[in-house]
Amino acid sequence: MSTSSPPSRRTGLPLRARLATTVGGAAGRASRLAGRGDGSVIGGVIGLRLKPDLLALLARGRQIVLVTGTNGKTTTTRLIAAAIGTLGQQIASNAFGANMEAGLVSALARAPDATMAVLEVDEKYLPAMLTATGARVVTLLNLSRDQMDRAAEIWLLARRWRAALAAADCRVIANADDPLVAWAAGQARKVTWVAAGQRWHDDSWCCPNCGSHLLRDGEDWRCGECPNRRPPVSWVLAGDEVIDPTGRSRRLDLILPGRANRSNAVIALAVADVFGVGVTPALNAIAQVRSVAGRYTHVERRGCDLRLLLAKNPAGWLEALDILVPAPVPVTLAVNAQVPDGRDTSWLWDVDYRRLRGRPVFVTGERRTDLAVRLEADEVAFRMVGNIDGAVDLARSPSMEVIANYTAFQQIRALLGRTA
Amino acid sequence: MDHGPGPGHGSRGPSAVRLVWVYPDLLSTYGDRGNLLVLARRARLRGLPVEVAEVNSDQRVPAGGDIYLLGGGEDLPQVLAARRLRAGGGLAAAAGRGAAVLAVCAGYQIVGTEFGGVEGEPVPGLGLLDIRSGRGERRGVGEITADVDPALGVPRLTGFENHQGRTWRGPEVKPLATVLAGVGNGDGTEGAYAGRVVGTYLHGPVLVRNPGLADLLLSWVVGTLPPVDPRQDELVQGLRRERLAAQPAPA
Repeated sequence: MSTSSPPSRRTGLPLRARLATTVGGAAGRASRLAGRGDGSVIGGVIGLRLKPDLLALLARGRQIVLVTGTNGKTTTTRLIAAAIGTLGQQIASNAFGANMEAGLVSALARAPDATMAVLEVDEKYLPAMLTATGARVVTLLNLSRDQMDRAAEIWLLARRWRAALAAADCRVIANADDPLVAWAAGQARKVTWVAAGQRWHDDSWCCPNCGSHLLRDGEDWRCGECPNRRPPVSWVLAGDEVIDPTGRSRRLDLILPGRANRSNAVIALAVADVFGVGVTPALNAIAQVRSVAGRYTHVERRGCDLRLLLAKNPAGWLEALDILVPAPVPVTLAVNAQVPDGRDTSWLWDVDYRRLRGRPVFVTGERRTDLAVRLEADEVAFRMVGNIDGAVDLARSPSMEVIANYTAFQQIRALLGRTA
Repeated sequence: MDHGPGPGHGSRGPSAVRLVWVYPDLLSTYGDRGNLLVLARRARLRGLPVEVAEVNSDQRVPAGGDIYLLGGGEDLPQVLAARRLRAGGGLAAAAGRGAAVLAVCAGYQIVGTEFGGVEGEPVPGLGLLDIRSGRGERRGVGEITADVDPALGVPRLTGFENHQGRTWRGPEVKPLATVLAGVGNGDGTEGAYAGRVVGTYLHGPVLVRNPGLADLLLSWVVGTLPPVDPRQDELVQGLRRERLAAQPAPA
């Protein structure tokens, strides 16, 4: 890139783009003041209406990391930003999960002087956002079924990723343990493969290349018919430890719980390495991240310590059920089926709830009846409650675990936020 | 049509009902396990023992099952599943000797004579139902409500559909239901059946929201079923009321 970096990036933008970011920024502030959202989308929407190529203009001259996948985007974006933040430079980031074009525009417009950006991107938009931003690094976490009433089918998504990454000049950091991800990154020019693990296998029994059954041995996998196989990895998540490309292993002592977050952390370390951040400082920064956009937060409610876990799809529920503190601590499950959740609740039947047997379980949310029928089939005893307070009152427990899908999670946060 | 007990059961009393879930590795995009769990539950509520076989696409489909389930899938897995099922022959043999088949969405298209492949090219199906499917003009995504052919004695269907399929029936099949709200086959009907082979576009999963259809399949295997204890049916009846109220059918 030949353009010199101006003191303020905004002054380097064409007049119409400057106007678009100013008007958009004002709308974002107005939206926040009006309590209509965190303001991270509306500004971008207005800006894009005035200047459709605003994202490319705002991205110009910056080093950009894109983060995508079905699960862990928001958390991994936060971890990468924390690790790269040790370089002491300002970083633009859509930290609250606004991951379509308008959210990316807002994140970049809010930080005109940031020379680096870590941006999570909705799976569907990766090819377009890669073209628009000219990203230096693309991070691929995983790919599994998610909100199929509005999302494209995942084999189709993998095909589109594969074509986009083959054509782009970027470094790809990809999870080699997810066969769909590995195939999607398989024609990219520069790939760092990470053995980040895969807990959910139900979308990758078959080879994305030829459709034959995949042979699995632990985390290793290969196709029985074609040459497609797990690529050789340079970063490895091994239980509670990360093994870096030099072969040195370190313990992952994260505040964030669970295998999924250790997986996110190892991928974040591999991204940070591209920018010259050493494993030790990167890990120190990552380990301190406590909660991400309200996820994993502890909230006190009427004498009960609630831990809030977000789970948006079957793979996410599997990971959330994995990190529950053991019985007899009660669990509340909350499910909605609004547009952001996916309006079809069939996915409830892809989750195995049997391990909730033998502990107090409460169900709530707008689709609690669907959830109740699901638990009945798995012979899990439960009680239905109108909202989280109903569960707290009935449970009479000093602590409780809460797992909710997207809008149910936001509703619980809104309710707790008023008194917490 | 013969509604008496199917082969291997009924006359021998409560031997196990054998459920075969066909190719969950290819045909289980969205909660299709629910149909299996509901059949098993409703059989057990009647004191009927159940045997379940989950058969992946690298395994042979056993011909000795009582009820076969096929679920939904993306385009490429659908084509692969059809190819392997045609080559294996187990499912066609089972249907040929009168086993019950419930095929949903991509599975519904597979049991027909032909469906559209990845690029819309015609792909041969199993021919268990005299139907042909192709790509419709718009994607049907949303709740669907439909009234079942009165001959089957199953209450109003409620489900969720998510497909771009258009299905044409030949003379050998009847529509499973008449659409009240939603898309279904694309001509005002939904699904198809002939003998003991039933196809539908409905997810939900379909047997979860429509226990009457689950009971119909079980009755084809074991004969007349005793009613379920109403307390065991309370939640699912509540779910049916909720879903049917959420999509009022036009008068």
